[in-house]
Amino acid sequence: MTVLIDKSGPYAHAPTSVQRTMTLVLAALLPATAFNIWLFGWPALFLFALTLVTALLTEALCLRLLGRPTSPTLWDGSAALTGWLLAMSLPPWAPWWIGVVGSFVAIAFGKHMFGGIGQNVFNPAMVARVALLISFPVQMTIFTRPAPIGQAGSPGLIDSLAITFGGRFDVDALSAASALGHVKTELSRGIPVTDSIAKAPELMDLALGMAPGSFGETSAVLILLGGAFLLVKRIISWHIPAAMLGTVFVLGTVFHAIDPGRYPDGLFHLLSGATFLGAFFIATDYVTSPVAKQGQLVYGVGVGLLTWIIRSYAGYPEGVAFAVLLMNAMTPLIDRGLRPRVFGRTRRGEPLPVKGGK
Amino acid sequence: MKLFRVRGGVHPDYRKELSSEKATVPFPLPQRLYMPLQQHIGAPAEPVVQVGERVLKGQMIARSTGAVSAPVHAPTSGIVVDIGNHTAPHPSGLPQRTIVIEPDGKDEWAPLPAPVADHLSLTPADIAKRVAEAGIVGLGGATFPSAVKLDLRSRCRLDILLVNGAECEPYLTCDDRLMREHADEVMDGVRIMAYALEVQTVLIAIEDNKPQALAAMTKAAATLDGDIRVIGVPVRYPMGSERHLTLALTGRETPARKLTADIGVVVHNVATARAVSQAIRAGRPLISRLVTVSGSAVAEPKNIEVPLGTHVSELIAFCGGLTEEPRRIISGGPMMGQPLPSTAVPVIKGTSGILALTEAETNERPAQPCIRCGTCVSVCPCGLVPVEMAAFIRKENLEGAQASGVLDCVSCGSCSYVCPSHIPLVHYFNYAKGRINALERDKRKRDLVKRLVEARAERMEKIAKAKREALAAKKAAAEAAKAAKAAAEAAAKAAEGEQPAAAASEDKASA
Repeated sequence: MTVLIDKSGPYAHAPTSVQRTMTLVLAALLPATAFNIWLFGWPALFLFALTLVTALLTEALCLRLLGRPTSPTLWDGSAALTGWLLAMSLPPWAPWWIGVVGSFVAIAFGKHMFGGIGQNVFNPAMVARVALLISFPVQMTIFTRPAPIGQAGSPGLIDSLAITFGGRFDVDALSAASALGHVKTELSRGIPVTDSIAKAPELMDLALGMAPGSFGETSAVLILLGGAFLLVKRIISWHIPAAMLGTVFVLGTVFHAIDPGRYPDGLFHLLSGATFLGAFFIATDYVTSPVAKQGQLVYGVGVGLLTWIIRSYAGYPEGVAFAVLLMNAMTPLIDRGLRPRVFGRTRRGEPLPVKGGK
Repeated sequence: MKLFRVRGGVHPDYRKELSSEKATVPFPLPQRLYMPLQQHIGAPAEPVVQVGERVLKGQMIARSTGAVSAPVHAPTSGIVVDIGNHTAPHPSGLPQRTIVIEPDGKDEWAPLPAPVADHLSLTPADIAKRVAEAGIVGLGGATFPSAVKLDLRSRCRLDILLVNGAECEPYLTCDDRLMREHADEVMDGVRIMAYALEVQTVLIAIEDNKPQALAAMTKAAATLDGDIRVIGVPVRYPMGSERHLTLALTGRETPARKLTADIGVVVHNVATARAVSQAIRAGRPLISRLVTVSGSAVAEPKNIEVPLGTHVSELIAFCGGLTEEPRRIISGGPMMGQPLPSTAVPVIKGTSGILALTEAETNERPAQPCIRCGTCVSVCPCGLVPVEMAAFIRKENLEGAQASGVLDCVSCGSCSYVCPSHIPLVHYFNYAKGRINALERDKRKRDLVKRLVEARAERMEKIAKAKREALAAKKAAAEAAKAAKAAAEAAAKAAEGEQPAAAASEDKASA
């Protein structure tokens, strides 16, 4: 009898796979997604479904054009996750083509242009979000007041189709600013944060998600729940989320203490915008973040720092997407410099000195 | 006792329950015994018997050659029927010089070295000599000649004997059973080795998943004087790796490219300790060992005391055969063991286990692209960045791989084990190590040739120079002689000339 000899060991393997990892991340996104579909109604569901399907179709198309096998890669969950995360970062009532163009950009330009899964330098969903934000600033910054399905203000099925596919969106009647956008606009009109924040959603509403904002970002609590699930399942480690959230919170708190009229406080920064989604689901993207824990800490601090700087000083009210992309560009450098110490060697790579030998 | 932190590691599915409660059973006499001449690290042994000769149990049939080598002994009495090439228990499937013995069924012992009841009557050097003569090698799987390791006093300042009973590989239970069933013998060997090494401290490390072995060894240790501690270590692969175990227990980190002995610690396996005890107390050479036969494809997993040289196929048949076609047959554990080319290969000194693993157990899948999850970095016990090394090696950038530390990799397999993309990382690293070693060998060879050529050129130059100088000297001498001669001639001529001149003047005068 002869047996297979084709590779070195080990001849045992943990029950891990790319598909399992991606599926767990998608599962972790479910609570926040379901909540926000309920919160923003049918148009949000249409946009979400379209974005997701377009991501998968684009993936299939790219794989075919590249002459690569379709089935294993298409269903490994990575394209679905990109589409899903992109959808979560879009205004919930945005027209259909925002989702379609976004997904196409994410998969075709953000992922396959670099060589497909594992090769992209930048987070594809954030590439698409930033491309959309710069190209279509109007559609990308009209947010909706929460109008849960079945309650007053929630559009019916026909109206919803008109909103998503017909562009029937009554901007004046329904639009609302996100908390960050509101504070920034008021500040530019000379109204201090201490006054404007009174008209922004309450912190509790921000935490629960009962506030205007991007489709998937509003509920800090549910995103935290998903993030905790990923931590328990060891899909992500605490390093990036803790470093990013900690940095945003500390900077917000310190500068708020120095000048409360100019800077919102740390808790407001944490609970508004994409801070939580970014910390647990976007900055932790495997492909575009550092591989070593030391590097992940630095990366997380960098994302937090840039997020706060952009929110505080730049033209855009929200900075997570830009911060992530900028730090993505730093990842190769971080990976080069920050790595574990090799066993038996000093940090500089020299063998440890021999003590007590003859 | 406080343990020191060791980074990384994984928690594989141990599956030790398949065989851990099976008491060891002796193997009945095999039909034929195949004794490869190289069952150890170092120079192969050299046969001292001839085909057709009758050998007795325990008789040396091949002698050690060189400083790092080990002799081979007959596991039973019988006739040497062949000394020739047979498939080695190695993934290459290459043939190796092997002595084949057909047992005569009498199991008749050869005269053995005299038993020593009091090892203190021997010198440490005597003990190392007897261990060498008994053909004992590291039975944990590394198969380095034990006597060499017992004789390190001259080279290193030693203070700790670390006895490795961690048995961190999944499936394997032979060390567990050994410690449970022969704790006294193991402890006796430990005492002898500590004496031979002249160390005062003995640490015996056993993973916490072997409570009975821990209890048995603790009990056995209590009967001895001196600083002997039995320590439970956390269950985490690769805890049994020599360097990592040393770090965990002593806080001493072995410098890169050095041995644990360089920092005062000698590590021996528990089975080696027992073999040492048998060699000293009974004069018995290493002719059998405990082997775990396990895996889901094996009908009845067992721990067996197997005569060395027994074919794996006989061993599997003894365990009720295979219940299904295995995906792999492994010698050793699933993490660091070697696949066997067939079951028609013998058990040798380093065979700790024979595993017949099913497809479900090996859970192999085609490799997918790396998603840079970084788990390999977290689990690497050596602090390496496997994802980066693999990227270098894929591009055949061996210099890059070397700079990123591939030669510090111990091939424990933790990275491959966890990789969600099922990338065979260790395969890459082993390939790179082999290539780098081959290149270095070539380079050394080239350097040697270059040195020789240069030395020759220098020598030739010297000779030529000497010749030239000799020639020049000769020429100079000749010239000097010529000059002298010329001068002499000139002088003579002058003298002669004076005379004619004088004569001429005389002539003139006369004219």
